[in-house]
Amino acid sequence: MSTVLRGFHGGVRLPRSKETLQGTGSRSVALPPLLIYPLQAHVGTPARPVVGVGQKVRRDELLAAPSSYVSQAIHAGTSGVIVEIAARAVIHPGGVTDTCIVLRADGEDRRLTPAPALDLGRATPEGLLARIAEAGIVGMGGAGFPSHVKLREGLLNAVRLLIINAVECEPYIACDECMIRERAADVLLGARILRQALRASQCVIALEDDMQQARAALSRRDLAGAQIVRVPAIYPAGGERQLIRMITGAEVPAHGLPIDAGVVMHNAATAAAVADAVAGGLPLTERLVTVAGAVRTPANLRVRIGTPIAHLLDACGRSAADARVIVGGPMMGTRLIDEPAPVVKTTNCVLRLPAAAEDCTMPCIRCGDCVEVCPAQLQPQALYELARAGDWDGASDLHLFDCIECGACAYVCPSRLPLVHYYRHAKSEIEALELAQRRAAELRSRYEARLRRLAQAGDAAAEAEGQAGSDVDAAPAPAAVPDRAAMRAEIAAAVARTKARRTANTPAAAGEDEDGAR
Amino acid sequence: MQRDADGVASSPHIHSGASVAGVMRRVLAALAPGVMVSAWFLGPGVLLQIGIATVAALAAEAAMLSVRGLAMRPFLFDGTAIVAGVLLGLAMPPLAPWWLASLAAVFAMVVVKHAHGGVGHNLFNPAMAGYALLLVCFPYAMKSWPAPGAEAWAADVLGAVFLVDTAKVDAVSGATALSFVRDGLRGMKMLAELRPGAGASLLGGGAAWVNLAFLGGGLALLAARVIRWQIPAGFIAGLLAVSLLLYLGDAQRHASPLFHLMGGATMLGAFFIATDPVSSPVTPRGRLVFGLLVGAVVVLIRRFGQYPDGVAFAVLLMNAAAPLIDRHTRPRVYGERDTR
Amino acid sequence: MFTAIAMAVLVLGALMAARVLVAASASPPRGSHGLAADIDRLLPQTQCGRCLHAGCRPYAEAIARGAARINQCPPGGEATIRRLAQLLGVEPLALNPRHGRQAPASVVIIDEEACIGCTRCIQACPVDAIVGAARQMHTVITAECTGCELCIPPCPVDCIAVVPAPAAQHAWQWPAPGRVSA
Repeated sequence: MSTVLRGFHGGVRLPRSKETLQGTGSRSVALPPLLIYPLQAHVGTPARPVVGVGQKVRRDELLAAPSSYVSQAIHAGTSGVIVEIAARAVIHPGGVTDTCIVLRADGEDRRLTPAPALDLGRATPEGLLARIAEAGIVGMGGAGFPSHVKLREGLLNAVRLLIINAVECEPYIACDECMIRERAADVLLGARILRQALRASQCVIALEDDMQQARAALSRRDLAGAQIVRVPAIYPAGGERQLIRMITGAEVPAHGLPIDAGVVMHNAATAAAVADAVAGGLPLTERLVTVAGAVRTPANLRVRIGTPIAHLLDACGRSAADARVIVGGPMMGTRLIDEPAPVVKTTNCVLRLPAAAEDCTMPCIRCGDCVEVCPAQLQPQALYELARAGDWDGASDLHLFDCIECGACAYVCPSRLPLVHYYRHAKSEIEALELAQRRAAELRSRYEARLRRLAQAGDAAAEAEGQAGSDVDAAPAPAAVPDRAAMRAEIAAAVARTKARRTANTPAAAGEDEDGAR
Repeated sequence: MQRDADGVASSPHIHSGASVAGVMRRVLAALAPGVMVSAWFLGPGVLLQIGIATVAALAAEAAMLSVRGLAMRPFLFDGTAIVAGVLLGLAMPPLAPWWLASLAAVFAMVVVKHAHGGVGHNLFNPAMAGYALLLVCFPYAMKSWPAPGAEAWAADVLGAVFLVDTAKVDAVSGATALSFVRDGLRGMKMLAELRPGAGASLLGGGAAWVNLAFLGGGLALLAARVIRWQIPAGFIAGLLAVSLLLYLGDAQRHASPLFHLMGGATMLGAFFIATDPVSSPVTPRGRLVFGLLVGAVVVLIRRFGQYPDGVAFAVLLMNAAAPLIDRHTRPRVYGERDTR
Repeated sequence: MFTAIAMAVLVLGALMAARVLVAASASPPRGSHGLAADIDRLLPQTQCGRCLHAGCRPYAEAIARGAARINQCPPGGEATIRRLAQLLGVEPLALNPRHGRQAPASVVIIDEEACIGCTRCIQACPVDAIVGAARQMHTVITAECTGCELCIPPCPVDCIAVVPAPAAQHAWQWPAPGRVSA
């Protein structure tokens, strides 16, 4: 029926570590007392809160609206009261805080009446896009790009192929596999809706070779013209660019987007959320999260978005005392610094990995293993040397920004170099530098504009200053000179005020540099 | 796993378990059959030279680590010094005096490796650079290869190596098959005239067996994915191509491709020396080019050069070209339209 | 032997020479006016004058003439010195402490209660980042402020304070990984 596709460069076979979860059902987890919603949990600008502290909300009620074209709405996951809109721990490698809406559950879990289902026979792409936007759907596979924006760009570019990505190539993660087994009909419906919204002529659902049960669950139903393909369980087969290469044989251009290859790709969980939004009238407030690693009972949990990660770990039981918490997969996930950080729409996995033995890094021996596994066909060892030496231009020339940070190079490196860390450091340095250069260019033009203005005003001003130049105390403004004595008094009062205020405020001001960039 | 002082840790959070020491251990294991067969045919001097070179290399490495203020544990036992010592010992004539191997090992570690920044930073293959130093400075002593059939057993070997008893050396040493043929051809003799006599069955003296043993070890390394196929395949292809060309040109004046393939240090060079990752190119195409060039130059040096074998100089020459080769063989990046 | 090595060396030498020639023909030479502009492009454009020149462009011109050294720009710090050294093909120097020390990006704010509307800061500001009128309260457009602090000395009431630049100007960055052992 379906053959296993081949053909992306590099990649590495990883231990799957998900056998126990493949085939078991999802389970729900008790509602936590607080749900926390970071305003910036998607690609784009942060959402704008539309609720106030103290306001009572019901489940599915809008908490924050999109603030621009690339932004996304956030909805309440249960009924309760807004207790805070303030900086809270979020999922971030540096443990920084971000503004969050905090909702205290009242335990009643009352919902709004769902919006009426759209009639697919008559729905236009515009109508579908509007509904998907209202439901606050973002790419649930990890990137978090607002789905309706991706669809609109695809529609404008007349893409022909929709790919539903159910390839969970990272170890441990099994939530999409579980979701497809349990909700195959919804995934297929979502695929159909997405395809209709895109006016795409073809639809391909990509599964991994070892997802037999999920494949069977889909195949039993009417695929409505969608085609199921199997890809080998080689990491990172589920990477957007790698999957497109395998399915279409074409590559996404460097610095381009999948739409440039005529493709829009959505995650399988996103497809199910689209089905909920269009056919069920429900916004995205819940998702499946794999909890695995050093926990007593690994599980795929049905989790309200906003649930603190610590709550999930409590539900599954921590089995080793000293472990690192990783959100996302072990290859690309973020090490969590604060366990109270909440699950967001892109959170597919929470892992506890036992603390590693002290790692000993060695210098690069140029073995070339990284070259062999790099799916972007880069020269990881050369990028490492350049990044280490701080040669940002050299690193950019060697296509540093084509690196997808999949971590295959660092995984196989016999010298155990933190290669991805070097690339991320270099990328953020380069981005900061470019920002600084853009800013410098702006400042330069302001400076030059001022010089021009001064030159034009030059003659007149020179005369004026020639007369008043010697008088140091006079305000040199060309405006009317105010009464001297009155001004003196004013100055003295102002100086006293400022001094008093400054002595009071200095310590507080010094502590303001809050986000600890270094 | 990958952390720094700030506690900021980048993904990936798991690792394959590969390590430099692990790679080197597998290289040493793959060398073992070749070492055994060499010792069988050339006597215990082989093992003695390996021992001397390894001890000297480790001592020099330890001294350099302490001078440079680096940690002993990870570096001394990463296996790189041991592998360099073993390769150097294998290159040494079994009856060479002890200080020759020691000098080469110290030179390899101190000048070739650590002066360039230590493991991972050497431009040249340390073992081959050490060997080349001896070839250039002590050409006579480097010819003390046991003559085929001459029994050089423990007492003689110890005498030759540690007492530098030249009488013992002369008693048992003779030209290797390679230099025998080369010197003969240089003397404008025809290959046919050389074949009888002197016991010079061209594949004799165990050279073919030694090469087969290294070939076996090399294939095991390939299977274990410690090395890639490009350098050995390029090496052998380059060697066969040039020797075949010469042989077809004048079969009487040039040794056969089979002789080149199974003689001298061909397989050791193809699988263990040219594949030293640090000093060879890193791109797949670059490795193929590198192997081809090394193989070709080996034949040219064997035929037209002055030294017993060409592998060392061929490898060193191409080590120098490795950065250039790398630069010109960069693969196309995903999503890039064909570069140039 | 020597023939073989000589041949190989010749071939490689020719390759490298060809490469160098190709590279050389690709980059056209630049005049000294272009040099000042190139230098100016590497400067942070704070226009603070700590280099003892009237602004970034005059400093760039002085460097291009050979009348100033590359280590006189505290806001640019080590990074700017390194890039200048690279551009000019000279050795990097340590920042000359006479001109100040490198510090995190900062901006100024005007204590609007204390401000008397004298407009002196407005005239001092090299990038027109302060708005206001005579006898009216002034304020700093934070996004345009370079942190040059040129407005502070003229202020008669000392109502201008230096504060860390807002987060957008120094967002979280991946720190450098811990150094490898060698």
